[in-house]
Amino acid sequence: MPAWYEGDHALSEIVIVGGGPAGMAAGVTAAGCGRQVTLLDDNPSVGGQIWRGGNSETSPWFEKLAQSGVAVQTGSRVISADAVKRRLLVERNAGVEELRYSKLILATGAGEFFIPFPGWTLPNVMGVGGLQALVKSGLWIAGKRIIVAGSGPLLLAVAAYLRKCGATVVLIAEQADARALGAFGLSLAAHPSKLWQAIGLNPFIRGMRYLSGCWIERANGLGKVERVVLRRGQKVWEEHCDYVANAYGFVSNTELADLMGCEIESAAVKVDKYQKSSLEDVYCAGETAGVGGVDTAVLEGQVAGYSTSGRFREADNLLGTLRRARSFAARLDVTFKPRNELRSLAGPETIVCRCEDVTLERLKCADSWRSAKLHERCGMGPCQGRICGPAVRFLFGWEPASIRQPVFPTKVANLIRVESGKVGR
Amino acid sequence: MRDVALTVNGVTVTVTEGTTVAAAILTTGVATFRRSVSGEPRGPVCGMGICYECRVTIDGQSHARSCQILCQPGMKVTTL
Repeated sequence: MPAWYEGDHALSEIVIVGGGPAGMAAGVTAAGCGRQVTLLDDNPSVGGQIWRGGNSETSPWFEKLAQSGVAVQTGSRVISADAVKRRLLVERNAGVEELRYSKLILATGAGEFFIPFPGWTLPNVMGVGGLQALVKSGLWIAGKRIIVAGSGPLLLAVAAYLRKCGATVVLIAEQADARALGAFGLSLAAHPSKLWQAIGLNPFIRGMRYLSGCWIERANGLGKVERVVLRRGQKVWEEHCDYVANAYGFVSNTELADLMGCEIESAAVKVDKYQKSSLEDVYCAGETAGVGGVDTAVLEGQVAGYSTSGRFREADNLLGTLRRARSFAARLDVTFKPRNELRSLAGPETIVCRCEDVTLERLKCADSWRSAKLHERCGMGPCQGRICGPAVRFLFGWEPASIRQPVFPTKVANLIRVESGKVGR
Repeated sequence: MRDVALTVNGVTVTVTEGTTVAAAILTTGVATFRRSVSGEPRGPVCGMGICYECRVTIDGQSHARSCQILCQPGMKVTTL
């Protein structure tokens, strides 16, 4: 490990990993306090998932970031980090570079939560945000038949977006039952602006088939998905489609924080009221510190921006608003909690780990995440358990074992460069 | 917006600048991006660079995550 860090390195006062709403807000805030800030993001542009392909019309934070003086580095992936030496190893197309920080803000966001079912590995079965991301990045879906399924308010937002792009949304299957949704609707009265967001959305949602207590049991097709089998109570039927957008909410991307040694609690990075993790000088904001939605992410980013700049009074002023935003997120969590029936969707032959093609049957021979990794290679592929880890947790209750560097696969050439000290600018 | 021409499995495709390689491949009607370790057809899932299901070969370089890479003029993309 030490040899990884012997080259020259770049230095930035505050480094932010992740350019979604939390990272953008954190960067703008810290730069506004006169700090020198570097913002790293793996994607071709900032905005994260929710503001993907966005601009100043999407959110004022795009313009604020452009004016802030924050050094934005896209296409930059952090593959390793050392909290003791305060250094990051950043991979770009051009190679690797070390970046040193005084304070670090992790805003690595969240990924979608997938529950394996027969046929979920067929091409064109994707995440809900996953399909939306692809459409936002140029996929043409006009005239395509799409089934949107899983759980959470994102289903509605994405269905509306897909229809706006000319797709036929066959139906929306929401696993939460009508009673939970009704209770959620009532609770929304306390959050009027959210009410519009979640239900009012826009005219594109009108007349769409929205089925509560309904989920996909199986996907069928030759070479790609062609049909899905849906269940609602005792009713089981088939629908034809070109794409399936299916996910059951979100899981925090905690890999980097975990690698650095930050305390993780309930699958998210544990932070104090100033967004500081259990490690000195490592802060965390947005979905990485607990899935809470975009409003929470922006507020947490601002709090982290202020607190890393030593401006605690300004941070304090935001805490009341942040508390209210979080209470909404907590309601979401209860309403859209995946039901027990979803634990029995996968059959013995269903693949759980997509990278290594590990079936449910093979996992039943293991007794922990560690033994599943060692004996069955579950979670040992390129995604490093990012997709199957949360699924295995849901299905078996196993907690993920400790993460190792590099947190993303990298080229051997990059490791050799690091090993021989040939990193830096 | 400028148009960008690239090839997917030898077929020329023209997309709008800013389109990712994954979006370009799917738009041409190709659903199988790679074969899994047991030979199953696979395509993109997460759309954000973490699932690694969208890996293809771009200009001879294998295992490129097509959802994180923007189309460039003359790019040669191969799926399996």
